[in-house]
Amino acid sequence: MTAAAYNFAYLDEQTKRMIRRAILKAIAIPGYQVPFASREMPMPYGWGTGGVQVTASILGRDDVLKVIDQGSDDTTNAVSIRKFFQKTAGVATTTATAEATVIQTRHRIPETPLQAGQVLVYQVPIPEPLRFLEPRETETRKMHALAEYGLMHVKLYEDIARHGHIATTYAYPVMVAGRYLMDPSPTPKFDNPKMHRSAALQLFGAGREKRIYAVPPHTEVVSLDFEDHPFEVNRFEQPCALCGAEGVYLDEVVLDDRGGRMFVCSDTDHCETRQAAGHRGTMASPIAAGEGGRRAD
Amino acid sequence: MYVAVKGGERAIDNAHRLLAHERRGDPAIAEIAPEQIAGQLTLAVDRVMAEGSLYDPEIAAIAIKQARGDLIEAIFLVRAYRTTLPRFGCSQPVDTGAMQVVRRVSATYKDLPGGQVLGPTFDYTHRLIDFDLAGTTTPAAPAEAAAPLDPAPHVTALLDGEGLIESNPDRAAEPGDLTREPLAFPAGRDLRLQALARGDEGFLLALGYSTQRGYGRTHAFAGEIRIGDVEVEVFAEELGFAVPLGRLRVTECEMVNQFKGSATVPPQFTRGYGLTFGQLERKAMSMALVDRALRAEDLGEETGSPAQDQEFVLSHVDNVQATGFVEHLKLPHYVDFQAELGLVRQMRREQAAAQTEADGRAEADKPAEADDLAATAATLDREAAE
Repeated sequence: MTAAAYNFAYLDEQTKRMIRRAILKAIAIPGYQVPFASREMPMPYGWGTGGVQVTASILGRDDVLKVIDQGSDDTTNAVSIRKFFQKTAGVATTTATAEATVIQTRHRIPETPLQAGQVLVYQVPIPEPLRFLEPRETETRKMHALAEYGLMHVKLYEDIARHGHIATTYAYPVMVAGRYLMDPSPTPKFDNPKMHRSAALQLFGAGREKRIYAVPPHTEVVSLDFEDHPFEVNRFEQPCALCGAEGVYLDEVVLDDRGGRMFVCSDTDHCETRQAAGHRGTMASPIAAGEGGRRAD
Repeated sequence: MYVAVKGGERAIDNAHRLLAHERRGDPAIAEIAPEQIAGQLTLAVDRVMAEGSLYDPEIAAIAIKQARGDLIEAIFLVRAYRTTLPRFGCSQPVDTGAMQVVRRVSATYKDLPGGQVLGPTFDYTHRLIDFDLAGTTTPAAPAEAAAPLDPAPHVTALLDGEGLIESNPDRAAEPGDLTREPLAFPAGRDLRLQALARGDEGFLLALGYSTQRGYGRTHAFAGEIRIGDVEVEVFAEELGFAVPLGRLRVTECEMVNQFKGSATVPPQFTRGYGLTFGQLERKAMSMALVDRALRAEDLGEETGSPAQDQEFVLSHVDNVQATGFVEHLKLPHYVDFQAELGLVRQMRREQAAAQTEADGRAEADKPAEADDLAATAATLDREAAE
């Protein structure tokens, strides 16, 4: 048996149309989770099937695709998804945030601010922000319909009562356009402010849970907080050890078993671009200027 | 010196190469052929077809070979293939009453029209390893009946004739398809049965078992289990009649469960239904138990057990979804973990600061007299014990 020829970007056009309808509805009702007939994809559920279906449905031949996982273009799952679209759609790919028209991501928003015309596609494991407070879909749908979000505020309040501050560090709930409570996917709360009034279109795909939602460009995205306990982003005590960037999200790298640690940019493209521009952190490798900061294979 | 890891692409390629090598095993031993799998590991093929939702023994056999015998992986391969196939339409309901049975047993009647037909079953074998199978074997040819088997009407039809069991509702509308429409709750019985038929055998077995142990008891009798071939027909609009497409081997289980009645309706037994591709008796029986348990709410029974909770059952019955999400935990989570690390370190700092402050206060309040000190220690011990 020979391998069947697959349609452009894998999915058949009927399926893509169905998904695009769901996307349009999601854009029309920012933050609302639109059910869609998620397909079985050739990669496992929980590994980005929602994001892949959204990307497959919006991708055109002229698009330039970037895929990141944990902020990096080189993590295995990002490589796997990028290869999937190279193979099935033959689109151009890039690691440069500014050059991409479609960016599929898992767990991060790029540090470089996104521009009008760019689309950020998030892979979402559990789309329902209330799921761990109320396991039943029938109940949570009702709560959204009534904008009944007291439960989430109580949860955050209990955090404060117990720990003195809100103990949610990622998948931090946001209100979208003042109406729907939304899970930003498990991005660190550090990235939440980047969603607010972003010039880019933000699409969220949850394949296993069969939901799509969206934040259209320039939409209000407000992280939940209290007047006396305002929302705060994660902070780092030192700059990136490779490019010296401050105010970016850092990965902690364990260097030895004697407590040696270094902190480096989670967004590898941002870090490389800065190094190429001559920025140096305390532990940067001494690369001759002009050679650029791109890492060797 | 830290160098960020690159080369995920090469690592993946090499991992796939190693995987193919491991799958093949010792090259000195003959490679297994899909025909051998389809012909000799038939029950594995049946399970992959049933949970893969695609009746194609050849594809299932290749998938089992490709998956190195990991059946859930093989089911996943079949599902991912199935989803790319065009859907032409909906077949006529198969007539399992007209089934050419290879096995048919009823636990409710000693003898009945069509008889009890044991067929190829492990039941009543003693589970002793057959060391002869280490070599090649030539089993004796099967015994053949002198005359063709009598038609075997459904046991439930016999009960229905007397009005002793609830009638199956007539369904004119085309049943739903959860692979084409997202499942919404509450789901109708058509969608529930579809989900169970595709569902994980092990999960259904455990749920069905739980109903027998009191978590949503249904008092089930195996009215009938039948295995055999049925004809699939599709209604051809241009011709105005149904035309046969081919034959399927299926397993059907009809459970007869405890009755239901009211002041106006005389008591009747209720039904639990299971149907699978291939010969999957354990799956069909478990499915029938869970189907009945899921009807508890519709029948006005007390609910609250896992098997009766359709959101719980239908959301977790699919092993391709379950395995994907469980196994996605091995994907990198550096970013979230970093956020949690930061929080735990912050909370530990805060706690240490609070402790230091408390210790400082205790130090300042320390009584001067040794006797008092001993008394205080005793008090503290008492407090700690409380």
